Amino acid sequence: MTPLTDIGLLAERYDLVVVGAGPAGLSAAARAAELGLSVLLVDENPAPGGQIYRAITTTPVKDRAILGEDYWRGADIVGRFERAKASYAAGCTVWALGSDEAQPELFELGLSLGGKARMIAASQVILATGAQERPFPIPGWTLPGVMTAGAAQIALKGSGIVPAGRTVIAGCGPLLYLLASQLAAAGAEIVAVLDTTPKRNWSKALAAFPEFLRSPYLAKGLKLMAQTRRKLRFVSGVTGLAAKGEGALASATVERGGASETIACDTLLLHQGVIPGINLSSAAGCEHLFDSEQHCWVPRLDSWFASSVPGIAIAGDGAGIGGAESAALRGEVAAFDAARRLGRLTRDERDRQAAPIRAGLERTLRGRRFLDLLYKPALQFLAPKDETIVCRCEEVTAGQIRDTARRLGVTGPNQMKAFLRCGMGPCQGRLCGPTVVELISEVRGTSPAETGYYRLRPPVKPVTLAELAALPQTDGSVKAVVR
Amino acid sequence: MSIGRASADVIVIGGGIHGCSTALHCALRGLSVILIEKDHAGRHASGVNAGGVRQLARHVAEIPLSNASMAIWHHIEELVDDDCGFTSDGQVMVAENEADLANCRARVDDLNLRGFHHEELIDAKELREIVPAVSDDCPGGVISRGDGAAIPLRATQAFKLKAQSVGVDVREGVRVTRVERDGTNWRVVTDAGDFLSPRIVNAAGAWGDRIAADLDEPVPLEAVAPMLSITAPLPAFIKPVVILRGRKLSFKQFGNGTVLIGGGYLGRAIRDENRTILDWAKLGSNMKTVWDLFPIMRGASIVRSWAGIEGKTADDLPVFGRSAKHEGVYYQFGFSLHGFQLGPGAGAVMAEIIATGRSNVPIDGLGIERFAPAH
Amino acid sequence: MFRPMRDVASAAALNFTFDGRALQGRVGDTVAAALLANGITTCRETPVSGAPRAPYCLMGICFDCLVVIDGVGNRQGCLVPLTDGMAIETQHGRRHVEEVEA
Repeated sequence: MTPLTDIGLLAERYDLVVVGAGPAGLSAAARAAELGLSVLLVDENPAPGGQIYRAITTTPVKDRAILGEDYWRGADIVGRFERAKASYAAGCTVWALGSDEAQPELFELGLSLGGKARMIAASQVILATGAQERPFPIPGWTLPGVMTAGAAQIALKGSGIVPAGRTVIAGCGPLLYLLASQLAAAGAEIVAVLDTTPKRNWSKALAAFPEFLRSPYLAKGLKLMAQTRRKLRFVSGVTGLAAKGEGALASATVERGGASETIACDTLLLHQGVIPGINLSSAAGCEHLFDSEQHCWVPRLDSWFASSVPGIAIAGDGAGIGGAESAALRGEVAAFDAARRLGRLTRDERDRQAAPIRAGLERTLRGRRFLDLLYKPALQFLAPKDETIVCRCEEVTAGQIRDTARRLGVTGPNQMKAFLRCGMGPCQGRLCGPTVVELISEVRGTSPAETGYYRLRPPVKPVTLAELAALPQTDGSVKAVVR
Repeated sequence: MSIGRASADVIVIGGGIHGCSTALHCALRGLSVILIEKDHAGRHASGVNAGGVRQLARHVAEIPLSNASMAIWHHIEELVDDDCGFTSDGQVMVAENEADLANCRARVDDLNLRGFHHEELIDAKELREIVPAVSDDCPGGVISRGDGAAIPLRATQAFKLKAQSVGVDVREGVRVTRVERDGTNWRVVTDAGDFLSPRIVNAAGAWGDRIAADLDEPVPLEAVAPMLSITAPLPAFIKPVVILRGRKLSFKQFGNGTVLIGGGYLGRAIRDENRTILDWAKLGSNMKTVWDLFPIMRGASIVRSWAGIEGKTADDLPVFGRSAKHEGVYYQFGFSLHGFQLGPGAGAVMAEIIATGRSNVPIDGLGIERFAPAH
Repeated sequence: MFRPMRDVASAAALNFTFDGRALQGRVGDTVAAALLANGITTCRETPVSGAPRAPYCLMGICFDCLVVIDGVGNRQGCLVPLTDGMAIETQHGRRHVEEVEA
């Protein structure tokens, strides 16, 4: 692996550019390099690992038991990538991906590194940009002191720090228990774990239970859950939640059926599952569908993770939530297909070499459906109360969105933007998009699939005017048409 | 879906600001109207343009329509019950050098001779007062004080909603596939059945040439994708919209601090897929122009760039008025990147022509006959 | 607000300032993590209402950790590694426009 620290060091063109250095990206890049492709792996974080293996090469956490063996497995994945003949640009942001005007068989990527922007070309692209936590809009979630549970885990892995003072963890999903137990092991004072899993989900999920019994999650999950419940104050059946405080968090108000309780706290960590990050794949023109079981938008992919745009594949949790183990395998599968598309492998060679990996992939995904059904968030946490801020950037509330949908007959999120500016801030809808869709759907009585999603625009991450102004320019016609 | 009518006095094809405005004005004149839009109102050029509302720097053939429109813009809420985000802080055309300024002077003199006085020459001192952030080298420019900007999709939707409230039957998501004669009527064939009317208005924007070609009145129209970018909020530093005399740039800071940067740099339009592709090298030129003119902007971050699909004619003028061949056919498309401001007024004038056969607002030079092959 | 856990590997200290106050972080910290570890509760005020915000996602998607770093605004604190001598400031509302050297 060759680290590239200056954007000038990147080649003009690569066989394959992989975006994202989590398990999928690292495995895709390593496999592709082993197959002889010229590979660039770009990642906006300072070190490899993605979120799941965040800071795996640099973490100051010494006691291995705290983060658990599943975390340390990431060291092997990074190690394999480090031995591969691939280039790696850390701290490098991809802000555009499209077909190259001059050479339609190539993709053009807009990158920024160290305050400079550059366009480079790739024959194939694998997006391994992973997942994000599903937005969890509650009243007060913008207060300092409220953050995602994933953020606390990142702080722990990256810097060996834990929330100071009384900490509440709230939400649902398999990661909730993991995060609670990791933080508790690291010495955080967790005063309550609030479980928002709707009780009626159990009956729906039971149909998928037999398969779950054969799943690798089962043993781990049960152990974690038992530990969490034994060691921490565990409150199930939470139906309402709000963060309270003036200028910073002071307490969490919890509703449980008819009863209400206020818990004084310094940190509130929110988590209701993860969903694919689709901003880059959408802006690149890949088609997306609404997956009603995972209750999120996912790219339309074939069995090799190829998207609707030939030459762009999407691996890892960005392809639909599957977890870290499957992410690594998906990355490899996509890399085999990239090699086939480049003519380095025949179809038969690809199939033969990828067969054992595909078999493993199937195993890692077993039982996922049970979790999806069980941990589907309750409606009131997907489409929150009127006073809740939904768009954190533009500070638009759920009430404004409902009112605009009702009064002006707004049918989709793209029209909503024009009236309320939701989704037009720097996060580009990442924190409000799913909720805006949910609210419009609620008012109109449509499904999220019918309501649609934001049309996402590059730059997918903000880029400075100075960086763009310094790009090589075609003479174009800069002359104004004036009378 | 409610069952609407299948025939009306007028069928408008296209739900941009022009189609919606014409439909509204026809209904206000007592005509029954069906508006057919293949996507949703304002999905393309009308919804994603820079929102400039300017009389500044228009071709003389468009000025009467533009003047009629501006009168409406200043009272837009009275017409459509929504202010459309319209603000009027003027538009300024900046001369970057003495040669630019000489051209500006000649232009203003010419307009004055023709009896138009909305454009005024300003010197370096006044330019600096109005646009303090502009680069020190610029010697002056032209201002049109009544100009401003509005929020495009909101404005287009406001016209649609008002049109619906006065009885226009708006059919969104319905695609016109063919237009043909049926006795004294026109039959508009769509993917949701046929519609009949003695009068049709082709306001189909970047798709308008297809309907015109169907009617044997071909118009050379290019589907183009002018690119726009917007920054994260900045402290307020500029009120009017700024355009340049010499280079392509349009520049506008909104009340919330964000700055819209455009100017007509073209990406690629794929109109059959409702898709556009940005050209970063050209956007680089666009940003370089801002860099040169507004040093204050150099560290700004660009949060979003996009392009709409617009119809551009060979002479950059719209096709507006009656068909040269057919009774009951009217054209209102091809506004060539500057149709948004014209929408309210053009709709009023078109409705007047449809209802009364004539209008006092001159539209000479905009007719479709200019594209007819010479015999 | 965060604090170091008890048993962490040693790392070289990095000096930096936040709104002029001298603070210390560790090699490997991002700017946002260093602020949290130093008990900083607010890193920016929003351009819309001026409300205080703190890092929320720490993974580059929420843009609530925007700060001014060495005079350049709108930097995502969670993606920028802390370096010695950095001057970090609260981003107040609409960020101030700095001229960038040509």
